[in-house]
Amino acid sequence: MANDSLFGVHGAALEVRAQRMGVLASNIANASTPGFKAKDIDFKSALAQVEQTGDEGDAPTDLSASTLYRVPLQPSLDGNTVELNTEQTAFAENAVAYQTTLSFLNGRIAEVTRALKGE
Amino acid sequence: MADAPLTIFQVAGRAMSAQLVRMNTTASNLANAGAITSSPDTAYRTMKPVFRTEYDKATGLATVNVERVVTAGEDPTKRYDPSNPLADKDGNVWEAAVDQTRELVDMMETARNYQNNVEVMNTAKSLIVDTLKLGH
Repeated sequence: MANDSLFGVHGAALEVRAQRMGVLASNIANASTPGFKAKDIDFKSALAQVEQTGDEGDAPTDLSASTLYRVPLQPSLDGNTVELNTEQTAFAENAVAYQTTLSFLNGRIAEVTRALKGE
Repeated sequence: MADAPLTIFQVAGRAMSAQLVRMNTTASNLANAGAITSSPDTAYRTMKPVFRTEYDKATGLATVNVERVVTAGEDPTKRYDPSNPLADKDGNVWEAAVDQTRELVDMMETARNYQNNVEVMNTAKSLIVDTLKLGH
């Protein structure tokens, strides 16, 4: 991965965060679909997977190996395993982490730009 | 549209449409609660949407569609009311059996789910805008 040295882990982290946002949005969208099984991305293993495969053009890395079914705290009768409070918390946490990664990237870009300008 | 990979906006947007269909059926059910007709066939029956998850293999996302709207719930209740202008020759009328409590609970859940999807869409939008501003 060529930009590994420039952005470090943050490029891969942003991709995992973006994909996790989609998975959590799918869970929230299916909050009242009978039989729907909620999923979540295991951030640690997904990050390792993205770092390992590297940047392969535009296509997002397939993270299905790191996507696991969520174990409900209290199973519901209709077979749906979406628990809105869990999903909302995970979504909020993921959004904050995404923004944190963006800040890291922005800091890095500002740093390199300053160095290039020789200020 | 069907072949293009799903985006997070389509996931939340379609879920909102599905919840809106559910809200409409609830409104119809409540509006027709206790409506009286002169035969069991013409009496109003509770309508319910059937939600079905739509998976997108390309992105791993899943959204929800309304597969169809079905009639469900109790049969209309027969009531003897000969003075009613709608009564049949035996003096019976049929009243739509809509469980109003259940409909109201359904309406609340629908509204909450809709709000959640709006929130998801707003968050995704602001994060994507922030990503576009990267380096500025």
